[in-house]
Amino acid sequence: MRGLTLSALAGEVVALVGPSGCGKTTALGIVAGLDRAFDGRVEVGPRPDGGLARIGYVFQEPRLLPWRTVRQNLALVLPRAQRRGPAVDALLEALELSPFADRFPTQLSLGMARRVALARAFVVEPDLLLMDEPFVSLDEPTALRLRGLLSDWLDRRPTTVLLVTHNLREALALADRLLLLAPSPGRVVAEVPVAIPRAARDDATIEALRRDLLSRPEPAFRLLA
Amino acid sequence: MPALMAVVSILLLLALWQATAMIVGGRLLPGPPVVAEALLREAESGALLHHMGVTLLRVLAAFALAMSIGVGIGLPMGRSPFLDRLFGPWLVFFLNLPALVVIVLAYVWFGLTEAAAIGAVAINKIPNTVVLVRAGARAIDEGLVDMARVYRLSPADRLRHVLLPQLTPTIAAAARSGLALIWKIVLVVELLGRSDGVGFQINLLFQTFDVAGILAYTIAFVAVVQLLEYGVLQPAERHCQRWRRMPADA
Repeated sequence: MRGLTLSALAGEVVALVGPSGCGKTTALGIVAGLDRAFDGRVEVGPRPDGGLARIGYVFQEPRLLPWRTVRQNLALVLPRAQRRGPAVDALLEALELSPFADRFPTQLSLGMARRVALARAFVVEPDLLLMDEPFVSLDEPTALRLRGLLSDWLDRRPTTVLLVTHNLREALALADRLLLLAPSPGRVVAEVPVAIPRAARDDATIEALRRDLLSRPEPAFRLLA
Repeated sequence: MPALMAVVSILLLLALWQATAMIVGGRLLPGPPVVAEALLREAESGALLHHMGVTLLRVLAAFALAMSIGVGIGLPMGRSPFLDRLFGPWLVFFLNLPALVVIVLAYVWFGLTEAAAIGAVAINKIPNTVVLVRAGARAIDEGLVDMARVYRLSPADRLRHVLLPQLTPTIAAAARSGLALIWKIVLVVELLGRSDGVGFQINLLFQTFDVAGILAYTIAFVAVVQLLEYGVLQPAERHCQRWRRMPADA
């Protein structure tokens, strides 16, 4: 990566779209503070109350603790005082995970495990939500279902999101702004705002937006094909 | 069926013992009935319970000490190549230190005390635990460690919920081999510098060539250690590993 600059306004959903190898995951790792071997600067604004911004991260693999139940996996990311509070159960209910609360992750399908990973990111009420291909390798109905859950949650609780995906439809369905990345060196080659409100985007709108992007003549958009 | 085979196996050993005892004869190798009699005699006098209890407490103290220090050193060494390179050579030295040297030096330096005895036993087991735990710690899933960092789990939570569960098989292996090693060394420590315990008692019996008594204590102690293995260690391990056996039915 070289000269990669990203920014997101508070409450904005930014999608990083590009082929594999253009540093999308690395960029998320840097923002999350997991990767410190880089030259540059990351600024995450403080919370309104002045505290450290809370980060939720949905990794490419669910990364649940296999030796803890679904409920424990959610509770553990909360401060000790809140673990027994209503937040965990409310979220399990909202994501229709209540029947699985006492299961171990090894008993869940990939779709269910990803849903739990999503719930874990939501439960910390993040100021910044980082998502790395959160719906990859799921069958289409399951992916759609999870995308719908994310979209509903964002409508209720506007959150700053960096969403990494190679799926243009997914990016167009969820993001306020798309950043197209190109490889070697990884950099942003185009920026595409999506003006239509998320709730108003149906399949036809998304398909129209997609066709429009794919038909643009600039070289940056040829990478999308 | 396996239970039946175990009974057959033990009966076979007893028969072999009895046959050998009849050939050798006399006080050098008493047969099972004589040893059983000695066991009963020691039990009735209360000596067996007293000495076994004392030894067992020492075993447990040394075991707890060796396991916690072993994990405390092995985990950071497995996680940090720097610490591993810095302290790796120390480990080689301590691994090759004869148990007897540690025991004698502990008694010389710290006197014939309980602390010296238990400490000496623990030091004999620690390097072995460190080696096992270090190997386990090298195989820790970095993805889960990253998850714990992003979600800002406290160091205590990281240890308890992320690191230690991954080390359970390693710690269980270290605990098994540890228990077997420790109780043997505890007897030596007692023989050299304590005035109670099974090791001390065996020394007394040795001076009167009471082979029946020696065998009685040996059998009683092996039985107790096996009881610990099957009654405590294995159930604890099963409890920690229960998530592995859950059927994937969702």
